[in-house]
Amino acid sequence: MPLSARPSSKEMADPMSLAVFSSALSDPQTGTPDGLVGPDGKKAAKRFNVYRNNVTVGLIGALADTFPAVQRLVGEQFFEAMARVYVQTEPPSSPLLFRYGDGFADFLEHFEPAQHLVYLPDVARLERAWLDAYHAADAPVLAPEALSTVAPEDLADQRFDVHPATRIIRSRFAAISIFSANRMSDTVPSIDTSVAEDGLITRRDTEVEIRHLPPGAAAFFSALVDGQPLGAAAEVAVSKAEDFNLASAIGAMLEAGVFTGLADTGRGEADEPDPE
Amino acid sequence: MTTSAPTQKTQIDTRFRSATIPPRAGAGLKPAHVDAILNDDYRIGFLEVHAENYMGDGGAPHRALTAIREQFPISVHGVGLSIGSENGLDNTHIERLKSVVDRYEPGLVSEHLAWSTHDNSYYNDLLPVPYDQPTLDRVCTHIDVVQNTLKRKILLENPSTYLQFEQSTMSETDFVREIAQRTGCGLLLDINNVFISATNQNYKPMTYLSEFPLDRVEEIHLAGHATDTDDEGDTLLIDAHDRPVDDAVWKLYDIVIGQIGPMPTLVEWDNDVPEWPVLRREAKLADEILQRRAETYMLGTRHAAVG
Amino acid sequence: MSKKTLAGATAVAGAVAMALSGATLMASTTAASAKEKCYGVSLAGQNDCAAGPGTTCAGTSTVDYQGNAWKLVADGTCTTMELPDNRMGSLEPLDRDLPA
Repeated sequence: MPLSARPSSKEMADPMSLAVFSSALSDPQTGTPDGLVGPDGKKAAKRFNVYRNNVTVGLIGALADTFPAVQRLVGEQFFEAMARVYVQTEPPSSPLLFRYGDGFADFLEHFEPAQHLVYLPDVARLERAWLDAYHAADAPVLAPEALSTVAPEDLADQRFDVHPATRIIRSRFAAISIFSANRMSDTVPSIDTSVAEDGLITRRDTEVEIRHLPPGAAAFFSALVDGQPLGAAAEVAVSKAEDFNLASAIGAMLEAGVFTGLADTGRGEADEPDPE
Repeated sequence: MTTSAPTQKTQIDTRFRSATIPPRAGAGLKPAHVDAILNDDYRIGFLEVHAENYMGDGGAPHRALTAIREQFPISVHGVGLSIGSENGLDNTHIERLKSVVDRYEPGLVSEHLAWSTHDNSYYNDLLPVPYDQPTLDRVCTHIDVVQNTLKRKILLENPSTYLQFEQSTMSETDFVREIAQRTGCGLLLDINNVFISATNQNYKPMTYLSEFPLDRVEEIHLAGHATDTDDEGDTLLIDAHDRPVDDAVWKLYDIVIGQIGPMPTLVEWDNDVPEWPVLRREAKLADEILQRRAETYMLGTRHAAVG
Repeated sequence: MSKKTLAGATAVAGAVAMALSGATLMASTTAASAKEKCYGVSLAGQNDCAAGPGTTCAGTSTVDYQGNAWKLVADGTCTTMELPDNRMGSLEPLDRDLPA
């Protein structure tokens, strides 16, 4: 009989389902599951708590890493307590920690102690979108020259293939300014949080970029991302904002790298698809 | 420095040179260290990555790892496969692991004797399994699936544990030996884990090592641990990876290398990650022991030296 | 062929030509789409195989925010920003958030 890690039980214990272990992990109110012991059969309450701690602290840490602006807005203590509630409500379903927190913004919408910070969910959405863009697939961005190859009379019917990193964020609050200030500035200026803002997230290479969008531009880019042609997207934008500047928006679109290329379905069903 | 894109004339087998992990010290790769490692005169033997951190589609993580891989051999260490899982493996996750392995051509691929997922909840920790026959059968089946999907051998790492299951019917070393024999997998011996588990479970680390199937070991892990106490006030060691390797662990390592010869040795540091030179210092300490032992180890040909 | 009106098509072509001329590219960085340079959290959500910091205590407490256990007030940078109704961030938490 080997000495090391020898089972300490006198007789064979009933097998325990890992379901018991896992439900006790996520509920600190329950005791240590029967059948878990220290050496020589001694109590294992604190030993089991090491696992509980690893799980909870690890997941709170993952949320703090993914939502640093939210953390800074509410302070570390408040964030930790809030994240602890979220971790118990919605543990991750994927082993990829950088994916965790999809539901965090919605959770914040309904989290009573933070209700007065009305902009908080939108900041969380922005942070989640930022990380999704960071991990999105690599793709070349649409070169301005590609537009020169399209006949001028066909440009209004041109559609585009969206870059995997592209995200458009619309907020009833100043979410983009709040996000930026809390991620990059040493001191956070006084921001009028009630000013609605639109933002564009893109990634030309490996660096994620966020831009404020002028009125109409979010509708313009959203329409293009949904597969509408340039002309129709411009009409949508003008209907939202009379002073929408189409040339400026197209310039921003090229500069930011919103799209990867010209979609080959731009001129209706009669055209046969041709490779880019 | 080779930074140009790999040429793809025809379908060649490998995109990177030297996949083999040399019997030297390596370090766990941290994003903050990438530039320092690439520009360091000290060429570390290899770098190890946690597979899950490279399961995103693209962007900066892959850019950085590709740059590392162009200059160094790497090993891929999975932390999320949940091989001890009670309700089967997640095939999607195995496929993700396969993508990482195909993409980076690691010299070694390893996972843990642990579970972390139950009923679609991921617990982000390496949780213990009972050492009994049903668990043994299940773990072996899972390792077979993983090895068949990856089409290569994996290494299984011994866990650090804080408690045990009363239902266990065999020792950890017997359990691990049986797995290796049945599945043909190799073993990753984490000597810090041995020391932690031995302290926490009240047995001697040397006893554990003398019972461990050392002939199956293909990689060693070293790391630092924290100290706490259990309900009775006795020492409880925590596998924190947040400080230098403990002297007691270095001593055990020296003995193990004396016994089995030079072996790829990874220094892990995951919490409170220091600047690169601090981690490098730990790697150099391991390199020194490996070198000293290589000179006296008469049969030191198990692993081909890599120039 | 095109469903667009001639005016629409012309307007779009003109806008594209302007954008490609480069003048708009310059303008877009300032006016049309102010770009925020944001700090990149490249470490976000890293998996590892270490035990969490804080050992046994930090992860085991429970917070019942619907009961009386929730005693915390957000005290980060939210306190420096104006709310829509001109209150400051969290200096006046709702009564029910205060300790009983």
